[in-house]
Amino acid sequence: MNAKRQNKVAIGTLYGIAGLVVLILLALLGYILVSGVPQLSWHFLTAPAKAFTKGGGVGIQLFNSFYLLILAMLISFPIALGSAIYLYEYAKDNWVTNTVRTAIEILSSLPSVVVGLFGFLFFVVKLNMGFSILSGAFALTFFNLPLLTRSIEDSLRTIDPQQREGGLALGLSRWETITRVILPAAVPSILTGFILSAGRVFGEAAALIYTAGQSAPALNFADWNPFNISSPLNPMRPAETLAVHIWKINSEGIMPDAKAISSGASAVLVIAILLFNLAARYLGKRLYKRLTSA
Amino acid sequence: MTTKEILTTQDLHLYYGSNEALKGINLSFEEKGITALIGPSGCGKSTYLRTLNRMNDLIPGVTITGTAEFKGEDLYAPNADTVQIRKEIGMVFQQPNPFPFSIYDNVIYGLRIAGERDKEKLDAVVEKSLRQAAVWDEVKDHLHESALALSGGQQQRVCIARVLAVSPEIILLDEPTSALDPVSSSQIEATLLNLRQDYTIIIVTHNLQQASRIADRTAFFMNGELVEVDQTKNIFMNPANKQTEDYISGRFG
Ligand SMILES: Nc1ncnc2c1ncn2[C@@H]1O[C@H](COP(=O)(O)OP(=O)(O)OP(=O)(O)O)[C@@H](O)[C@H]1O
Ligand SMILES: [Mg+2]
Repeated sequence: MNAKRQNKVAIGTLYGIAGLVVLILLALLGYILVSGVPQLSWHFLTAPAKAFTKGGGVGIQLFNSFYLLILAMLISFPIALGSAIYLYEYAKDNWVTNTVRTAIEILSSLPSVVVGLFGFLFFVVKLNMGFSILSGAFALTFFNLPLLTRSIEDSLRTIDPQQREGGLALGLSRWETITRVILPAAVPSILTGFILSAGRVFGEAAALIYTAGQSAPALNFADWNPFNISSPLNPMRPAETLAVHIWKINSEGIMPDAKAISSGASAVLVIAILLFNLAARYLGKRLYKRLTSA
Repeated sequence: MTTKEILTTQDLHLYYGSNEALKGINLSFEEKGITALIGPSGCGKSTYLRTLNRMNDLIPGVTITGTAEFKGEDLYAPNADTVQIRKEIGMVFQQPNPFPFSIYDNVIYGLRIAGERDKEKLDAVVEKSLRQAAVWDEVKDHLHESALALSGGQQQRVCIARVLAVSPEIILLDEPTSALDPVSSSQIEATLLNLRQDYTIIIVTHNLQQASRIADRTAFFMNGELVEVDQTKNIFMNPANKQTEDYISGRFG
């Protein structure tokens, strides 16, 4: 076989593999959307779920998912940003740093159900926080922190080291160089990482089953005082999310339209995550253009 | 020209780990004018230049001995302020490295971070610095566009303007034209000749013609040692040292 032929065969094989991956993905997406989208309606997206009868919606679950997402990101982003900056700029190459890095690696490869069980034992039981949004948000923080830290650190590293030298040579301190030169230059890619990890958090179920709980008590959307038990903002109430809801309906749902609801909920989840991904690309590009052309 | 010395190094050694890259450099720079550092690749020119504003501090495993004084102050004193030092001793690199912001923002970056808010003053500094760097006419109509959209030569002059904007006394340049085309190079040379009355300029270059065209003094380095330093015309017409002569006449390096 001559080199040219070999090349052709190799390229053909790679195209084949890539095509197969795309095909599987499209088939999955297609299945979920085709069976789920017909279920969608305003009623479905806003009504509360029903346990025994037809016609329930996923309104509360949807709200819970977003609320948990926001809380989890509010907690994990500042911590991840801080640790990423530390690891990138200040951490010396010694055993402490290596331990931290290894810890991050291990944390990021923990199965999320383990994170969930840890959250259950620690936050729910030990700290007596019960099945609550807050327990869920902390568990999600544990789940999200390592990957987000890695992604922010990688974003910082993609900035040319010459930029850093340029900043320092201008008489900026290291902190100023990081916050005023490197960070702004990295914002678009940090944003992309942020939104992608938000998508992951949004679709997470295993870490939440035993922390945020599997029940969605009725909410009073007229009551925004976070201290009232039926207020949507109350962080101490149990809160089943969309992903957990799907899991639950499929394993033990007894309403007559369980199949339809689970299809519809899956479609909502997939569409939301697709939107996150598209938004990540779009905003990242826009922001980079804005920042680099003032 | 009898002027006073602004920057002096004595018996300056620098080690990368155990590798001695500078082997005791004794060299002083007079106020104003251009000094060129020349020598074969790997002889320590960049290393030496970077010791002058402590940019080598960023490299792990570097040890420096000997003294380096700026206006009589020890650059390496334990309480020396590297941030202040780098404001007074600015640096331009081989690869143009403008920040990914607008031209205007690039030039005023140092000042703005130092807390300057007065718009009129900032505008004035931008114009003055870009004029000094001889790039004003080319960019004055798109100050608010990205500096990354400029040509390499324009970017490099914006980088020079960026350094000028924080009003340093000394400007270090490490092969500032080696990544540029001949026209851009000669524009940078013209810029430097403009600046030589007001600033002390130290430039590393591989281009001997460039050194002979713009430098008042030239220092020849080899293998981590300073071989010879003199008025540029002496170095090129009448070098005292055989190695210098061989290098100048292109016999090695
Ligand atoms: N960061 C570093 N770590 C270890 N050794 C280094 C480092 N930078 C330079 N050196 C070594 O120090 C010596 C001097 O390097 P330097 O970059 O100062 O030379 P130079 O004269 O600027 O060369 P060139 O003309 O190629 O730029 C070389 O032997 C080089 O290998
Ligand atoms: Mg060099």
